[in-house]
Amino acid sequence: MHTILIANRGEIACRVIRTARRMGYRTVAVYSEADAGALHVEMADTAVAIGPAPAAESYLRADRILAAAKATDADAVHPGYGFLAENADFAEACAAAGLTFIGPPPDAIRAMGAKSQAKALMADTGVPLVPGYHGEDQSPEILAAAAEKIGYPVLIKASAGGGGKGMRVVEHADVFADQLAGAQREAKAGFGDDRVLIEKYLARPRHVEVQVFADAHGNAVYLFERDCSIQRRHQKVIEEAPAPGMTDDLRRSMGAAAVAAAKAIGYVGAGTVEFLLDQDGAFYFMEMNTRLQVEHPVTEMITGLDLVEWQFLVAEGQSLPLGQEDLAINGHAIEVRFYAEDPDNNFLPAPGRLRYLAFPEEGGGVRVDTGVRAGDTITPHYDPMIAKLIVHGPDRPTACRRLGHALSQTKAAGPATNLGFLRHIVRHRAFAPEHGDPDLDTGFIERFRDALLPEPGPAPAEAVLLAVLGVTLDRRSSATVSWPDPWSATDGWRLNGVFDEALSLSDGSRDLAVTVHHGGDQRMVIDGTAYQVAGTLQERDLTATIAGRSMRATFLRDGLDLTILTETGDFHFTLDDPIAKADVDDAATGSLASPMPGKIVTVLVAEGDTVTRGQALLVLEAMKMEHTVKAPADGMIGRLPYRAGDQVDEGVELVGFEIGA
Amino acid sequence: MTAIKSAVETRSEDFRRNQAAMQALVDDLKAKAAVIRQGGGEKARDRHTGRGKLLPRDRVDRLIDPGAPFLELSQFAGHEVYDDVVPAAGIITGIGRVQGTDCVIVANDATVKGGTYYPLTVKKHIRAQEIARENRLPCIYLVDSGGAFLPRQDEVFPDRDHFGRIFFNQARLSGDGIPQIAVVMGSCTAGGAYVPAMSDESIIVKGQGTIFLGGPPLVKAATGEVVSAEELGGADVHAKISGVTDHYARDDAHALAIARRIVGTLNRSKPAGPILRDPEPPLYDPSEIYGIVGTDLRKPYDVREVIARIVDGSVFDEFKQLYGTTLVTGFAHIHGMPVGIVANNGILFSESALKGAHFIELCDQRGIPLVFLQNITGFMIGQKYEAGGIAKDGAKMVTAVACAGVPKITMILGGSFGAGNYGMCGRAYGPRLLWMWPGARISVMGGEQAASVLAQVRRDRMEAGGESWSDEEEAAFKAPILDQYEHQGHPYYASARLWDDGILDPAESRTVLALSLAATLNAPIERGRFGVFRM
Repeated sequence: MHTILIANRGEIACRVIRTARRMGYRTVAVYSEADAGALHVEMADTAVAIGPAPAAESYLRADRILAAAKATDADAVHPGYGFLAENADFAEACAAAGLTFIGPPPDAIRAMGAKSQAKALMADTGVPLVPGYHGEDQSPEILAAAAEKIGYPVLIKASAGGGGKGMRVVEHADVFADQLAGAQREAKAGFGDDRVLIEKYLARPRHVEVQVFADAHGNAVYLFERDCSIQRRHQKVIEEAPAPGMTDDLRRSMGAAAVAAAKAIGYVGAGTVEFLLDQDGAFYFMEMNTRLQVEHPVTEMITGLDLVEWQFLVAEGQSLPLGQEDLAINGHAIEVRFYAEDPDNNFLPAPGRLRYLAFPEEGGGVRVDTGVRAGDTITPHYDPMIAKLIVHGPDRPTACRRLGHALSQTKAAGPATNLGFLRHIVRHRAFAPEHGDPDLDTGFIERFRDALLPEPGPAPAEAVLLAVLGVTLDRRSSATVSWPDPWSATDGWRLNGVFDEALSLSDGSRDLAVTVHHGGDQRMVIDGTAYQVAGTLQERDLTATIAGRSMRATFLRDGLDLTILTETGDFHFTLDDPIAKADVDDAATGSLASPMPGKIVTVLVAEGDTVTRGQALLVLEAMKMEHTVKAPADGMIGRLPYRAGDQVDEGVELVGFEIGA
Repeated sequence: MTAIKSAVETRSEDFRRNQAAMQALVDDLKAKAAVIRQGGGEKARDRHTGRGKLLPRDRVDRLIDPGAPFLELSQFAGHEVYDDVVPAAGIITGIGRVQGTDCVIVANDATVKGGTYYPLTVKKHIRAQEIARENRLPCIYLVDSGGAFLPRQDEVFPDRDHFGRIFFNQARLSGDGIPQIAVVMGSCTAGGAYVPAMSDESIIVKGQGTIFLGGPPLVKAATGEVVSAEELGGADVHAKISGVTDHYARDDAHALAIARRIVGTLNRSKPAGPILRDPEPPLYDPSEIYGIVGTDLRKPYDVREVIARIVDGSVFDEFKQLYGTTLVTGFAHIHGMPVGIVANNGILFSESALKGAHFIELCDQRGIPLVFLQNITGFMIGQKYEAGGIAKDGAKMVTAVACAGVPKITMILGGSFGAGNYGMCGRAYGPRLLWMWPGARISVMGGEQAASVLAQVRRDRMEAGGESWSDEEEAAFKAPILDQYEHQGHPYYASARLWDDGILDPAESRTVLALSLAATLNAPIERGRFGVFRM
């Protein structure tokens, strides 16, 4: 192999390129129209455009990727994760085109891709499955007997089902018949099929997965486990290795089961066998992921290995560099997934431009895997991940502390992010107890929902003061010219008096009036309480002393929108500056632009209509949310270039508007 | 490059006494200024804001760049002059930066007698325009005035520097390329209608601003027509029909936003001026000026101690340090701007006057602005000095001051008496700005001297008539003269009549001088043409 094409984007593409570069391989990136300026494109030796933004027209187009490989003389393809990573046809197509597919053989992908066959295969191999009854005989007596055999509590599920319909947890044999009848009724109503299956109900399972690695020479090892129990709606949020509370015996038996699973399907390369781990130490096979996982860095951190490097070695036909007995766990590693999503809005993706992005310094047990930079846009077309923060320490408490600090040093502005949510998890006593093991299971987030997703309250006075201080200091930098003219001062100097500047801002829940006393003493008054406030602003770094306490924050201003990023939280304010607002209102009269890419749902007005300020003009759907575009002032509707159902890009003019007409 | 080494003993009894005395004056100044800044009474203010209008000072605060300084002019205008109380003479004027451009702002205060023009209102408005002309500063008029104060029409209307001069100035300023912008935020009646009409660009606020030559009562009386003010001259009339105004604003804030936008389109740049440096604070605390100077004009102090607390790094390159020592001259920087400083350190002798004339010529030659720090009882008198030609030497200094083309700024620290006032660039000598400390005094001569002169004349006449005049009688004779001089020479009295541009806290001298100098740099620095120096 000499040239590796990475059939992916974002952080994983960057991460693969990094190892490839270190090993001397030439790298080829592919990119959609939306990613033309992306980091992975910049990092690769060469890059090929493969189509429009939607993944189905670019990153999922095997033909274009193979053409790109041909055009760039690539002889190997790394699929990353997602997209075509577990597509056996693609793996085959690569082989047919003479390319090395850096992943398992197509048959292995197929074997694990069909979930029920995979389970049957695992049962034959002796890998434990969740005990259950999947038989055709649906007589209540047989089902009850099966439940008895599995052992209560059990779960009745509709065979054809999904989404919780026709699902019942049964705690005791005496209510089994009733519950069965209910489940069958629901299954019949929901799916037109009243067949059910019965499984052992795991009250508080953990998601523990084992990293396996196999080569083409029949060697296979496990690289220990990862606990990925902290999930929301089956999406992992935090992953760690090793799994807290894991015993050597259990680790060995889970590892052996995982290796057996891999061997059973003739696996080659990096793979992950996912298990449910019950509170009693029993573990059950769920599925095997035939690719490199998002969370592979935690395994790298505790083993000191580079899994991508191993992937390349195995793809080159080499044997695994280490045997099972050479592998050991060093310390503890935790990864968090930092997403552009809105935790207060059901974790909906929040695409948008990253106006600001800061990560902790890498090194000292901190690693940041990202594919974006400040100024980049998280598009609605792909996974909205911003970065993975990975920390390592000699033990779990140290790793937790480092994670807390790393999160305090992580800042982003622009789209909504899950940063606050991550900070809440990491601070939570169930995650980071003072003594002993954490209280993890897949229901963690639901269980502690109130603490992890507190109702957004009013901004604390400190944040308000930081915002106002930022506003007053920001003037200085904007007024700076070649010679610091005395008139460019922004200290509000007045002859024989003091300028008490009244500033109004809103934190979204309430309006705040702040008086800035431009005298020698730097006083600010909120709701009758005076605070001594002083500070400096260097670029966006705000250093402040408020009532004798010094603090740091990042200050961002975009027109009247203020963002304060602190170690403890992000705060957003809207400045009420009547002069600037009047100006903005005036400037906005010409056009009403689309706030984000989306689809027109309804156009509520017609050309030539007279409308009043605030009247709804048009509804735009973007990222499953409806945005109503309103009249900025009284006026008349001009051109209406779009109809319901039209797709629009960010920033295009949706409504021609004439103010006051 | 020599920094002044201060010899001030800040822990001395004298220093403390001086400090306390000056502090009392400054406190009084600030207390009075605070009252003036309130404008009309609470009722008038409430009525004004109740109409959805911003108070004039809030308008100014929002017009200028956020947090920018505002150098208010003639703050004490009209103070205790009329039977009526007219804070700031009902008009706020000053220099402020708008969209990065230094402007003169003139804002009527409708809470003070409806913003009508008293004689001193006119004088203040015209002084602001003069400052705009000399320093080439665009003018923004925030108009909200009922026009001339009719009961005093004889002092407001007919003379050269009366009401009409405002519009004359607008035309000439515009002609000189100095933008004239009017924001009509209230009444603009009769002559006042010409403020927006004579402006280059004007804005009117919907429902608030009205412009007409004759208001509804006058119209009804003259023609019988019944019409509302809004119908007669409101925003809709002038922005949509008459074209008297160019912009239509929804409210005060919108009007000010438009005004800021207009200034943003003026396309002005500063002329090449003197070589500027990075500013540096003085080595010594400016507030120590209190303890150095005190309030007793008869107590001398070394003016270099004051200079050390005004100029950058306290660096003062003195000229002719050993000659004519009662006048201190030298080069320094104030907030990075080069200046030639002329400061009194005692009575003026022939040598001091010659030195002053020489130094002023140097500054003019080099294009360096002049700062006069005035504390002068006058020129030396007596047979020896008259014979020595002190009159012609004094005349040389007065000629130099009168003819210098570079910007001149005067700050009266202490006494400003007699011909000393002339030689040190008093009001008549056209300083671009003239500021006064609260302990200063200004009159043709000191009160004590005036009383003594008049008493001597009387005593001579009485003694010639064989009458006797007891010391008690003489003291009784002198007392009202002393009182009159004390009253009329006081900064409040002077400032009320616009003999200066304002009174300031001595500790803020550096700030005020820096802002003043920087404002002058908007006009090209010119060279003077000097008259005949009598040799």
